[in-house]
Amino acid sequence: MARKERPIKAAPTAKDYIGIKPDWCPGCGDFGVLSALRNAYAKLEKGQHDHLTVSGIGCSSNLPGFIHTYGMHTLHGRALPVATGAKFANHDLNVVVTGGDGDGYGIGGNHFLHTMRKNVDLLYLVMNNETYGLTVGQASPTTQVDEITDSTPFGNIETPLNPVAMAIVGGATYVARAFSSEGKILAELMYEGMRHKGFAFIDVISPCITWKGDEIFDYWKERVNALEDHDTSDKAAALAQAIKTGHETQLGLFYHDTSRLSLDQMEPVLKDGPMVSQAIGVTPEQGAAILQRMM
Amino acid sequence: MAKFDFVLAIGGTPGQGINTVGKTFNQLCARNGFYTFSYSAYQSIIRGGHTFLTIRISSEPVANHGDEIDLIIALDKNSLDKHIPHVRPGGSLVYNSDDAKKQPPERDDIQLCPIPYKELSKDIEDRKLQRACLNTCLLGAALQLVDADLDMLEEVIINALLKRKGQVVVDANIGVANAGYEHAAKHFTQFDTKIEKQEKPLAFAQGNELMAMGGAAAGVKFYAAYPMSPSTGVLRWMAKNARDLNIMVRQCEDEISVINMVIGAAHAGVRAMCATSGGGFALMSEAIGSAAMMEIPIVVIDVQRGGPSTGLPTKTEQGDLWQILGASQGDFPKIVVAPTGLIDGFNTIPELFNLVDKYQCPGMVLSDLMLGEGYTTFDTDQIKWDQEIDRGELITGLGQTEGEYLRYEITDSGISPRAIPGTPGHMHVVATDDHTEDGGLISDEYTDPHKRRDIMEKRQRKMDGIVKELPPPTLEGPEDAEVTLIGWGSTHGVISEAVELLDGEGIKTNHIQFKWLYPMDEDAVNEVLEKTRYAIIVECNYTGQFARFLRGETGFKANGHIRKYDGEPFMPHHIVDGTRELLIGKSELYVPYQEIVV
Repeated sequence: MARKERPIKAAPTAKDYIGIKPDWCPGCGDFGVLSALRNAYAKLEKGQHDHLTVSGIGCSSNLPGFIHTYGMHTLHGRALPVATGAKFANHDLNVVVTGGDGDGYGIGGNHFLHTMRKNVDLLYLVMNNETYGLTVGQASPTTQVDEITDSTPFGNIETPLNPVAMAIVGGATYVARAFSSEGKILAELMYEGMRHKGFAFIDVISPCITWKGDEIFDYWKERVNALEDHDTSDKAAALAQAIKTGHETQLGLFYHDTSRLSLDQMEPVLKDGPMVSQAIGVTPEQGAAILQRMM
Repeated sequence: MAKFDFVLAIGGTPGQGINTVGKTFNQLCARNGFYTFSYSAYQSIIRGGHTFLTIRISSEPVANHGDEIDLIIALDKNSLDKHIPHVRPGGSLVYNSDDAKKQPPERDDIQLCPIPYKELSKDIEDRKLQRACLNTCLLGAALQLVDADLDMLEEVIINALLKRKGQVVVDANIGVANAGYEHAAKHFTQFDTKIEKQEKPLAFAQGNELMAMGGAAAGVKFYAAYPMSPSTGVLRWMAKNARDLNIMVRQCEDEISVINMVIGAAHAGVRAMCATSGGGFALMSEAIGSAAMMEIPIVVIDVQRGGPSTGLPTKTEQGDLWQILGASQGDFPKIVVAPTGLIDGFNTIPELFNLVDKYQCPGMVLSDLMLGEGYTTFDTDQIKWDQEIDRGELITGLGQTEGEYLRYEITDSGISPRAIPGTPGHMHVVATDDHTEDGGLISDEYTDPHKRRDIMEKRQRKMDGIVKELPPPTLEGPEDAEVTLIGWGSTHGVISEAVELLDGEGIKTNHIQFKWLYPMDEDAVNEVLEKTRYAIIVECNYTGQFARFLRGETGFKANGHIRKYDGEPFMPHHIVDGTRELLIGKSELYVPYQEIVV
């Protein structure tokens, strides 16, 4: 699937961000997320080469191939630390992490917690379909109680986690929930999330029609409502809203903290610009001083 | 100038400041131009337990802690009783006589040097401070026994304590150091060995620090770690020097995060490194393969400790060789190197970075506790900061390629020019899934056996280039030797000394030390091995990991094996005794007995 050489555009449009043809099942919620992300990238008015799209493993983690930016398709659950390393090496890059609920909340759960805590300047999009799609439909950390899946033939007895509440408590500074069918709102949330300096997180309900059935979109449409009269700077209010999040869920921006600096802003070693453009090695003066301290 | 070789050991409980004494003493030695090698036998607890620090001091560079202890300083009763047998005949034992209500077990072949500490320190009113100064007092007495200059100790005390602890503490320490010194002058006999000040002052460092310094010299801009003994010294140095040198240092939630961050940073274009020990390395395994698959150059250091599992957190072993060789699923290019000394640890890092950058693959360093936590003094001229830095085929701007950019272009060398994110016109996806030349994501939909074969062969062709660049081991010593001792990595110093001792006994011996372990050039290595007559492989593990690896790579079968897996490093006589025993021919395996138990 070789890509054709394309001219470098100063102002790429959403169309310029089209990569290879997605191999998702027809009707998958992830198409909506992909399309919204292309629009958000275009709106950001950066060069295509200034974006790095990083994913783990799973259906939704195939996304970097379908979008024309620099991309990394890393190990299952490891997209966040890889993206963090890349961001610190070159904080001029716009780094966006995409993945699913199994990848991010299951195997990568520990990284999710600590990347939020550190307020790394990333946008993290989780395409939450409440299942392990690519391994043919086992229970995931967000699968509902009593649900029958490939790995829970007698019904799931484990409580699903609440990613939005976790993110608010965990230290994320931009926390939203969206629905893959509402592309315009989703693109806007992504755009603002990319502009936000700090860890921006969007849990996107992105239904899986293959393992949840054709009626899954209608199921969600009946249960989602836009957040109204909500103060996004109020952490307690955001948490109160988030705790209600389940299958009757609010959508929109829950929490936005603009007061906290992102980790790269706090890191003194980045004051001379991105690591990748800094001088390397040890100068004779630095070397002499190091050895002097050892004498 | 007279040559000397002297071994001092200090025993006590952690919290009695043995490491402080060790550091102070090493600093003292450095300033006087003495070469040292220090090894600390300790346990994984912060208070309680027992620590025994051995410092060998010489007019020549030394690379192991020696066989015999000339002088022991016992800071507590336990050390006194435990280590009395370890003083060589004719040596001395300095101890606090207040502790020893009963006289220590009599030995008439050593000099017992009781120091009445309570009496000598009676001017210190603060009881806590009084207890804390015991180590300095006994060190003062010990220095008198080797006729060392006390002024230098005073200078070191001031440097170490004035800012941190203040004048009162400095005065108390200097007071008791002098009292100990004078007491020793009045009551005890000095050693014949006179430790004379050398012309050139030296510096002192831990092996872990030297490897961190090597990373800085290599141009490392990103270092990540999770604390794990005995590798934490690398993190400590990096963290301390990060702001002066503009190196990004991150402590992560686990080693999985560590290596993945390193991979991300390396992909974005900087040299990135991490260090851990065996357990942490196990967590990194999957990502090692991902770096090879995405063709991202990284350096990972494993400072080995006793295994398996949590094992012996504060003891040494060369037990991770097979873990390193077998880490991660599938076949992929990689480089494994084991530095042969503390200073070599510094040089190895830039050497390895140039190779991994050129061949875009993971490089792994096998150090161990003895090397990593060992202290040495060294001539600062040995540290070359201006290391050659070769980033390989790196695309950082337009005009470096023609036509469509293929990240994984099939080439004869297997090396495909690497564009870093942010470079206009070279966008591509790197994937842990296997992929075609353009780097585009391949799902199973596109899997093609011919394309898979092409890309696999492209990656593996890089090994042909690497193997030619790694110098094969050399035969040190006479070619016609009766015995050849073969070692790898950290044991170079101790085996070299065993060779000298065996020669002295009339057993003509030479030495082969392996540094670059993988890939191994079968023909080049066999050319060296063919010259051996009776080969003994010396290594610090139970199953002979290196012996089995060497046999697998070259077909070479050694005549005998000396293996140690009790957690303590080899002493030269362990190898000498083993060689003698093996030559008798009753057994092919010798396992030395560890005399000093801590």
